[in-house]
Amino acid sequence: MTSSLRFRAAVVSIVLFAAFLGIWHLATRPTAATTTMSPEYAKLMGLTATQGKSAMPGPSDVGAKLWEHLRQPFYDNGPNDKGLGIQLGYSIARVGLGYLLAVIVAIPLGFLIGMSPLISRAIDPFIQILKPISPLAWMPLALYTIKDSSISAIFVIFICSVWPMLLNTAFGVAAVRKEWINVARTLEVGTVRRAFTVILPAAAPTILTGMRISIGIAWLVIVAAEMLVGGTGIGYFVWNEWNNLSITNVIIAILMIGIVGMLLDQILARFTRMVTFPE
Amino acid sequence: MSTFDNPFDPNRRLHAGGCSCGQHVSEAEHQAAQLQVQSAIESEQKRYEGVVASAVMRAIFPQDVARRAFLKSVGAATAAAALSQFFPLKTATEAFAQGGPLEKKDLKVGFIPITCATPIIMAAPMGFYAKNGLNVEVIKTAGWAVIRDKTINKEYDAAHMLSPMPLAITMGAGSNPIPYTMPAVENINGQAITLSIKHKDKRNPKDWKGFKFAVPFDYSMHNYLLRYYLAEHGIDPDTDVQIRAVPPPEMVANLRADNIDGFLGPDPMNQRAVFDGAGFIHILTKDIWEGHPCCAFAASKEFVTTMPNTYGALLKSIIEATAYAHKAENRKEIAAAIAPANYLNQPPIVLEQILTGTFADGLGNIVQQPNRVDFDPFPWQSFAVWIMTQMKRWGQIKGDIDYAGIAAQVYLATDAAKLMKEAGLTPPAATTKSFSVMGKTFDPAKPEDYLASFKIRKAS
Repeated sequence: MTSSLRFRAAVVSIVLFAAFLGIWHLATRPTAATTTMSPEYAKLMGLTATQGKSAMPGPSDVGAKLWEHLRQPFYDNGPNDKGLGIQLGYSIARVGLGYLLAVIVAIPLGFLIGMSPLISRAIDPFIQILKPISPLAWMPLALYTIKDSSISAIFVIFICSVWPMLLNTAFGVAAVRKEWINVARTLEVGTVRRAFTVILPAAAPTILTGMRISIGIAWLVIVAAEMLVGGTGIGYFVWNEWNNLSITNVIIAILMIGIVGMLLDQILARFTRMVTFPE
Repeated sequence: MSTFDNPFDPNRRLHAGGCSCGQHVSEAEHQAAQLQVQSAIESEQKRYEGVVASAVMRAIFPQDVARRAFLKSVGAATAAAALSQFFPLKTATEAFAQGGPLEKKDLKVGFIPITCATPIIMAAPMGFYAKNGLNVEVIKTAGWAVIRDKTINKEYDAAHMLSPMPLAITMGAGSNPIPYTMPAVENINGQAITLSIKHKDKRNPKDWKGFKFAVPFDYSMHNYLLRYYLAEHGIDPDTDVQIRAVPPPEMVANLRADNIDGFLGPDPMNQRAVFDGAGFIHILTKDIWEGHPCCAFAASKEFVTTMPNTYGALLKSIIEATAYAHKAENRKEIAAAIAPANYLNQPPIVLEQILTGTFADGLGNIVQQPNRVDFDPFPWQSFAVWIMTQMKRWGQIKGDIDYAGIAAQVYLATDAAKLMKEAGLTPPAATTKSFSVMGKTFDPAKPEDYLASFKIRKAS
């Protein structure tokens, strides 16, 4: 029964996708040239102006360009022109670093907040104010104070991905069942051991949910940050192609950003399943 | 007068129209013919001597007429000899051409992907940096504010900037005051007012009330020229129209999407709007102010003073590249060199149209304007003074301004003057020239009078 459901879902997905491609193709068909131009003049003009080619690329344009990129993902033609693979690599490395810093700060701090109601109340107003700040608002400040654009980008990822992790960790730790902690107390388990053997496993699913939200935010942030500071990365690639008004490449980059984001999310989803246990 | 003209030639025409020898239609053609003869016999070294001697000659005789009278009476050879009597031309040339050991070889230079940056960019693929012993990476940057921050942060050793930016940075308008220098102008002319194709019948600026315009940055020649042009036609740029700062690539997209009615932007965006059928070129900025500066090569004062030899080599590369770009016959080659994704990332045909000056105007005509964009590095301090009058006119800076002082500090036309000081001479204060913008003559000695003569200005 489930396999048949899965099969039917796949069929519907494919039909939807085909319909999407079809509509896209129809919507971006070239219109006939409207004005007559002298051949010399036409030579100086682009296809949009001469042949009425749509300013939006069709699915076949995107497909052909995508194939071109996939065949050569790691070329390097100097500082401003690198393959899609290299650009994604830069972005993933930046996200990885900023995220790792966030994990190092957020999880111990989250434990502290979760275990101590006093600190929880004291720190709460700061978290509430800092949490909703957009990554791009941090960027000029970071550039100005850190004075290094790539470290600024990493800092922005850190600052934006730290809050969901912090809040989820604190919540997970605070919500560990009192019975379990009391049992541990009765058995005279020390604080550190109690944190690692009782609280951590119990709070792990909540912590990992926070981490999963954070990685999604980090990946959102990197594209915006790289568009702003430039240099390398997939965000820079989008900006560079936008500069060239190449919508085809922008669409390909968007697709890539989506795929990598999904993969990052799936990796953490798998970890979450590993630490979840039935009660 | 272009830096690459020969100031030792008493017969050189000072105004356009015909050439000095009478055998060519225009001065440009005359020069092209002469250059061909000259370049065969002239070595690189020779050209430096020329550049240095020209700068000194100009510094001593800032007035074209006075220089001409002097040359007429004593002859060019005597003038050059006399000059070298009290100014060590040879030493200065050597200092300029060789310098000492380079303090730093690997440099990063930021640029914005527009044709104004041509000399900075082409110097990398065409080997001008390498020839002077430098390993320069030219880095594409996302916007003017980012280029400002990255240069202030010293991520870049030097950068492509808009010519008003070093002034603004030095004066602390729009950022903290940091002493900045502009040793060379990148390009002169090279911008245009582009309007949406739907306005092709509204060619009179008086009909533009309510229009929405875009310029790339508040502190830009684009902003000042657009405001000037509008105001001369009786449109108050602050109240009758809307002027927004928009990054150049978004100008074309916004024009197509009908969000703006036009823009005064850098190329390739004007030509790109034509190429994509979204707009037409209303007027080239060279027809507003022939020979106006636009973008610049800028470095912090700190870089200039702590690494004089590297700075010298870098400036030399830029001036060489500018000289190469000045020649019309090299323009196609340059267009091909800077078109790839690593640099401007544009269709080569678009860049070719801009650099050669034979272009489609978007209304069905092929226009020929060989000096649509030109390259001339001499940072006339009167340019700086004009820019400051406009900054004050539109309320970007307030109060009393030491026009000449700031101009001299930032626009390093004084490189020659500095060498003269070292030789124990008193350099003349003027490294300025007079010019006219839309028929109105600007006297750099009286900026406040000039400013007061405008009817439309921001009340302050």
